[in-house]
Amino acid sequence: MKITAAQAMVRCLEAEGISVVFGLPGAAICPFYDALSHSQIRHILVRQEQNAAHAASGYARITNKPAVCIATSGPGALNLITGIATAYMDSVPLVVITGQVVRELLGRDVFQEADITGSCEPFVKHSYLVKDAASIPRIMKEAFHIASTGRKGPVLIDIPFDVQKEMIPFSYPDSVQIRSYKPNTVGHPGQLKRVVTALKHAKRPLICAGGGVFLADAQDSLAAFSEQTNIPIVTTMMGLSAVSPNNPRNLGMIGMHGCTGANRAMNSADVILLIGARVGDRAIMSPMGLAKNALIIHIDIDPAEIGKNIETDIPLVGDANNILLELCEKADTIACEPWYEPLKSSKAADYEPYAGCIRPQHVIETLCSQCESDAVLCADVGQNQIWAARNFNIEHGRFLTSGGMGTMGYSIPAAYGAKLAAPDRQVIAVCGDGSFQMQMMELATLCANNIPVKIIVMNNGRLGMVRELQDNQYGGNKTAVFLDGNPDFVALAKSYGIESARVTSDDALTEAITTMLSSKGPYLLECAVSPAEPTL
Amino acid sequence: MKYTISILVENHAGVLSRISGLFSRRGFNIDSLAVGVTDDPHISRITIVVNGSEYMVEQVEKQLNKLIDVIRLRRLKQNETVSRELMLVKVACTVQTRSQIIDIVRVMDAKVCDLSKTTLTAELCAEADQLKLFCDLLEPYHILEVVRTGTVALAKGDDIVNA
Repeated sequence: MKITAAQAMVRCLEAEGISVVFGLPGAAICPFYDALSHSQIRHILVRQEQNAAHAASGYARITNKPAVCIATSGPGALNLITGIATAYMDSVPLVVITGQVVRELLGRDVFQEADITGSCEPFVKHSYLVKDAASIPRIMKEAFHIASTGRKGPVLIDIPFDVQKEMIPFSYPDSVQIRSYKPNTVGHPGQLKRVVTALKHAKRPLICAGGGVFLADAQDSLAAFSEQTNIPIVTTMMGLSAVSPNNPRNLGMIGMHGCTGANRAMNSADVILLIGARVGDRAIMSPMGLAKNALIIHIDIDPAEIGKNIETDIPLVGDANNILLELCEKADTIACEPWYEPLKSSKAADYEPYAGCIRPQHVIETLCSQCESDAVLCADVGQNQIWAARNFNIEHGRFLTSGGMGTMGYSIPAAYGAKLAAPDRQVIAVCGDGSFQMQMMELATLCANNIPVKIIVMNNGRLGMVRELQDNQYGGNKTAVFLDGNPDFVALAKSYGIESARVTSDDALTEAITTMLSSKGPYLLECAVSPAEPTL
Repeated sequence: MKYTISILVENHAGVLSRISGLFSRRGFNIDSLAVGVTDDPHISRITIVVNGSEYMVEQVEKQLNKLIDVIRLRRLKQNETVSRELMLVKVACTVQTRSQIIDIVRVMDAKVCDLSKTTLTAELCAEADQLKLFCDLLEPYHILEVVRTGTVALAKGDDIVNA
């Protein structure tokens, strides 16, 4: 029996176990939406397409499986690009479906036509412009396979309107045959041996864990390896929460905004095991110096990351979890406490309360002390992100942020994506007043779908990170950073029917956060934070 | 330093733009690029000559390998490679200069493929440095148009890059 290609796409999604998708329809994707409405798959209607990609990203990062977002041709697809690029930079598996104008009109600049496969080329792991309806089952199967294996990432499927309506025989393939794509997941035994030998001679070994640890689902084996060998761990921002903050060997986050102890550890280690960390410039500012002082072991699933940003002594390509499990069997305990114990960061100092506003660090500390032990914290980008990262302390929690691209407006859609993926976990989005206004239309999505995500807006009336940069590097010439015209955030949330409150002093913070966390539905808490507070 | 990379790719629409885009957005310069189908109609072979450092060419190779459409690639060693490029040159020619130009064509093992009252078009299939020499020799006669295919290359002997 034949079905339409649009129906076939929905059947493929069902076969992949997809239960939630995020999108916003338009004319060129209507056949697909028509078919989708007859499926059990839940569609979350976003208010701007970029947020569909971010929401899918939040969902995918919690489930560690590809998530799906959908937009129409032209502007709909173009709005997705920032979201796709954000996912690409953080290796988040997405399958992105876009409508396209009919095949015959391709290239004639017709209404709502955009070359989306061309525009997205630098930001996708792979893309398809479907010209043959019968190839849809194969392409869908390949897309999910490519997105979720090797180094994960977004895959785009662009489907012309007329292709969606064509009748095709349907059967979903069991396996994928791509002769050119066979990612290596098992570490080379010879290289593994070299790693074990290097560790034998190490006096001050250190693990630097990145976001790849989550992608390989290697959190447990990382903790086990560290415990067995007694090697301390630092993380990048993307690796934050891969190890419990209270793990006795967790020295904290490295980087420009990291903690001193962690950075000192990096600079004084004699062997550094980079695991799923791509040595981004915000995490490791001078890789040359690092490689001079220490033997660098780089474990990554993507061979192209080896030697890209740092000279490597022992490259080890493969799945981090497989490799850590193997290393657990072979590596011995190293007595290096005398080196790393003094590097543990002392707990934050007591703050003098400010008058009339709150210390932003205090917001995150209070939040972490009150939320559930497996809560998910989605930080946006800017000062709020740094405060959230530096003060993150949730025992079994998860920290999500746009680490690579630094995309403002990520936190709320990613948070509700995460909440839909893990309805039993508390999910809190933290953003600034600048980033909030890049995504505030999504309050409607929260409302319409009653997704109980909690939002903290740290309001300092400024684009705080840029302001700080101008203070430090442009002689204090503050330009274009004052967010005059900010709305009343509490009234705004209430206009959507979202519970909301404003808090302006450290004293009232604890109670305000308790109220927020105990509320049933979505909630917005505006915190008036000190406008002059720096992150550095 | 110049490097020659031989790449086998799926013969799909869009492959060439993926490959050339990868070079430009990472700031790598392509010296020449030649592409054509192989004995298997589903596979094309691209020969790219790049000019750069060892680090750069290694990055290029790794990034190319990540493209799903790239089946296999190999850096060809300079002295163990057969490489050729085809060039057509149209040069101004008069009754007085024609025989001089034809002399150059003969010495260089090139061929005259078109003649008119005012022009002579020659073809030369050789290695890139020979093409340059040929152009230099014709320069005094006023070159009107040049077209080159870009280098194609295969490893010598039984060293085979196949899918």
